[in-house]
Amino acid sequence: MSEPVLYLDGVSVVFDGFKALNGLSLIVDAGELRAIIGPNGAGKTTMMDVITGKTRPTAGVVRFRRHDLTKLDEASIANLGIGRKFQKPTMFDALTVFENLELALKAPRGPLACLRWVLTGEARRRIEAVMEEVGLAARAHDRAAILSHGQRQWLEIGMLLMQDPELLLVDEPVAGMTDQETEHTAALLVRIAGRRSVVVVEHDLEFVRALGSKVTVLCEGSMLSEGSIDHVQNDPRVVEVYLGR
Amino acid sequence: MTLRLVLIGAVLVLAALPALNRLPAENALHVSDFIVSIAGKWITYAVLALAIDLAWGYAGILSLGHGAFFALGGYAIGMHLMRLIGPRGVYGHPVLPDFMVFLGYKELPWYWLGFDHFPFAILMAMLVPGVLAGVVGYLAFRSRITGVYLSIITQALTYALMLAFFRNDMGFGGNNGFTDFKELLGMPLNTAAARGALFYASLLLLLGALWICSRVTRSKLGRVLVAIRDAESRARFLGYDVTQHKLFVFVLSAMIAGLAGALYVPQVGIINPGEFSPGNSIEAVIWVAVGGRGTLVGALLGAFSVNALKTWLTTVAPDLWLFALGGLFVAVTLFLPRGLIGLFSRAQR
Amino acid sequence: MRTGAAEHGGGAGGFPAPPFLKVDMRQLLLALGLMLWLALPARAQDAFTAALPGLAGGFSDIATSVEQLGVLGDPRALPVLRALQEGRLQRTADGRVLLPGGIDAATGQAADAAAAETVRLNNRVRQALRGALGRLQLVSPDAAERGAAAEAIFRARSAEDVPLLQAAIAREADAGVRAKMVLALAAAQLVAPDEEAKRAAVARLGAAGAAEARALLLEARASNPDMATAIDVSVATIDRALSIRRAAETLFQGLSLGSVLLLAALGLAVTFGVMGVINMAHGEFVMLGAYATFVVQEACRGTPWLAPWSLPLSVPAAFLVAAAAGAVLERGLIRHLYGRPLETLLMTFGVGMILQQAVRVAFGAQNREVISPAWMQGTLMLPGGVAVTQNRLWIIVFGIAVLLLVVAAIRFTRFGLEMRAVVQNRRIAATMGIRTGRVDALTFAFGSGIAGMAGVAVSQIDNVSPNLGTGYIIDSFMVVVFGGVGSLTGTLVGALTLGVVNKVLEPYAGAVLAKVFVLVAIMLFIQRRPRGLFALKGRAAES
Repeated sequence: MSEPVLYLDGVSVVFDGFKALNGLSLIVDAGELRAIIGPNGAGKTTMMDVITGKTRPTAGVVRFRRHDLTKLDEASIANLGIGRKFQKPTMFDALTVFENLELALKAPRGPLACLRWVLTGEARRRIEAVMEEVGLAARAHDRAAILSHGQRQWLEIGMLLMQDPELLLVDEPVAGMTDQETEHTAALLVRIAGRRSVVVVEHDLEFVRALGSKVTVLCEGSMLSEGSIDHVQNDPRVVEVYLGR
Repeated sequence: MTLRLVLIGAVLVLAALPALNRLPAENALHVSDFIVSIAGKWITYAVLALAIDLAWGYAGILSLGHGAFFALGGYAIGMHLMRLIGPRGVYGHPVLPDFMVFLGYKELPWYWLGFDHFPFAILMAMLVPGVLAGVVGYLAFRSRITGVYLSIITQALTYALMLAFFRNDMGFGGNNGFTDFKELLGMPLNTAAARGALFYASLLLLLGALWICSRVTRSKLGRVLVAIRDAESRARFLGYDVTQHKLFVFVLSAMIAGLAGALYVPQVGIINPGEFSPGNSIEAVIWVAVGGRGTLVGALLGAFSVNALKTWLTTVAPDLWLFALGGLFVAVTLFLPRGLIGLFSRAQR
Repeated sequence: MRTGAAEHGGGAGGFPAPPFLKVDMRQLLLALGLMLWLALPARAQDAFTAALPGLAGGFSDIATSVEQLGVLGDPRALPVLRALQEGRLQRTADGRVLLPGGIDAATGQAADAAAAETVRLNNRVRQALRGALGRLQLVSPDAAERGAAAEAIFRARSAEDVPLLQAAIAREADAGVRAKMVLALAAAQLVAPDEEAKRAAVARLGAAGAAEARALLLEARASNPDMATAIDVSVATIDRALSIRRAAETLFQGLSLGSVLLLAALGLAVTFGVMGVINMAHGEFVMLGAYATFVVQEACRGTPWLAPWSLPLSVPAAFLVAAAAGAVLERGLIRHLYGRPLETLLMTFGVGMILQQAVRVAFGAQNREVISPAWMQGTLMLPGGVAVTQNRLWIIVFGIAVLLLVVAAIRFTRFGLEMRAVVQNRRIAATMGIRTGRVDALTFAFGSGIAGMAGVAVSQIDNVSPNLGTGYIIDSFMVVVFGGVGSLTGTLVGALTLGVVNKVLEPYAGAVLAKVFVLVAIMLFIQRRPRGLFALKGRAAES
């Protein structure tokens, strides 16, 4: 067993006395696909914020391989190989689909490197391949601002693919997608998971079932239950949280 | 495409001005000294506008302190010009400028050393604004001060510099600043030849600045800047060190502004702390807004058109100028968010 | 000892007389006069008439006569000596002395001035005059004049003033004037031969804690080596008192500057801090308030009973003018730019320019003066000799009052409740029937009105000119940013801190550099706390 890719232990985040995360522990292995579910306010997005450096934890250990993530800023964490797709798709509206993907493409990120950057044939082919994958090839030179909600979801997934990260954090990827697109996304994530670790936060239980992965249930900032989808769905504590109140 | 043609045409017309100035006065194509000197001044303004546009239009850094970088560049060349006066000053001191003799200085302050060399002065006209922008930018960008906060801080910066330069004991001539320049690079400043040379130098600077800015904005760096402008935190999550990128463009922009100031001062013959006044900086910002920010041509267009309006109005109806300028601020932000360029491109479609 | 030949014998035309002789004679005369004055008040008038003819004599007689008149303490002597000083006193051949207008100084009746000639002065007489006039004022019915006389004696101090001062102190009813006299007495005793009194004087001067006393003591130290220790102790006491007083005065000046900043920044705390609208024309609203004050003053000028109250009247006037301008600005322009702060910044800067120019055209570019009413003028002496100018004190009071008013308006009124609701959640507030547009306009007008009230205060300490606002806008923003956006406590603490720090730095760095230091310090400060001193914490602040 190799060392885990992502290691969270006893992570707490306190906002003004409110505990958004409360001693959360989570381990994600290399190549693993993990689904995270939980009611609103369970701390799913806060957990993502902590991993990506947006929020500093009040207490606890957050490690990506050997790196202590609590001491790094967002850009350094991203460059370590952690990619994130946001709940609300965000990209650069003034740029075209192609340019958005080009910016996401794994390449030196410094100002001078960007100034000297030349789009090679290989890079172009990679971008075109991803546009094919996410179904946006026809819109390569449209500005992101005029894409529909579903297309924006796809574009952001495409940007995630361009980054080629070791760990993908995917926040509600199928909101606003058709059933067919949802299936397509699930297949895509499963396929990626073989080579990369993927953490998916999702409300849609059908989608989670389609992923067929281990599921972690969060509640009130800590882990409530963990196991297969059938296991957690039959866990009385989970049932209570979802139905009891 | 048409825009580029217009631009090339405009540059050619500008380039012809000093030559037309040499024609005899009765020739129909003769251009007066006034036109040449004012056009030369405007060109340096246009360079300042480019610098502001690079930072604001592309990277979203609305600096209300670019006038300070411009003025610092002006002071750097001003120090050189003061050193060149030599014993021709009123007091006839071989080394010290008049104001220092007057204030009882015994020798040049250390920070005046080296300014007797032209290349050093030009270097300082870039380096001083660059270093200042680097320090301020580093502090501000690192603590993620953005938007209006950054604007206010840069305004406070130029305000503080203005107050400081008003002081006599700073060693920069206090209230009066520097003036009564005699020569530059061996050319007496009040000759047509010097005017022409400074004019062409400004034009060259403009073309150079235009080349650098378009090199930046057309590269991937330009797209990263736009990305940072529109969604700073998203750019971070993509792995871009926003502080570095902003710092790069801010320092570059400050250095361009400094050079513009360095060419402005010998053409107008004076530099004083008034150049640091916050109003100057914000007026330069409105040139960019009027022309159309986020396009380099827009910055040039704005600088020339607003200054043309200013020159005309301050001679025709001086009281009206501030109303007009204030009105421009209001009208452009409310009705022309993309500036004059926005009008043209809309008309083209 | 300062009693020397140069001082007493100077300029009498001849050679200086031996000093000890001179001193003795004068002391004798003074003591004589004093006894007469104390024991026989009724007889003093005779002494007055008796001293007059000397003025018609030679320079030496005139000087003696002047000195006599000086110690008599007769009110009638004052016009005579003043006329003499001004070169308007005349004398007749028969030895009568005439005041300007030909009035006989002895009888008070009009007299024949035909053959009169002006009494001339020499240096010796002038010197005697200065001393005599100074002493005469010690018995003036006006407390302020007596105080001034005591101060003059303190500065000129000579041993012969001792009995005069002792007598004056015995009669003095005003505590402040008496304190000055006691100090002057101590100063005089320091140069008098009485060793016992000298020791007491050293202690008393020390206790008084005045800077002048310190110089005096240091001077006495050289000539009284045996008292060096006692003097050193007194000097140390003074130094301590002085530094405390200086600190108190600096603190006061800082607080008063801070109150002006508070007033200017409070409005900004509402429009920028609460609404998030960046209004660069805020300084111009302060300027409008100052001009409203000026206009009200001019309007009241014609009505004598109203004139002293023009300043309080201009508070509501300034509020209304600035609030109206604010409401128009918000409804007409700013609301179209919500969510675009940089554009709002530029646009409002333009509005500020227009307002400045409009006022310049309407009122002219020169400074207008707003006069402080009498009840706000003057200096207040706090215990410990801390001098406090009244109008600055009023500004502090006014600043606190406005702050309380703002807090009350936000906390306890319906408008304040709606305002907070709209700020927290605009959509939900709207669904509950709050007309958000109206609340926006009112909130902005409220903040602008506060700026107008700040203008009333500014008119008291600064020139009222069209560009008055530009000096305050940057400082106000610094206060709000430093204190923490959206926090009134932060604004209060920020304003007072900046005011005091500015004033503390000023003596070391000068006003301008102090300002520069403060600006730099704030820039460094927001490195550590980008959201200011009293930052809103928690999730709301993260987004």
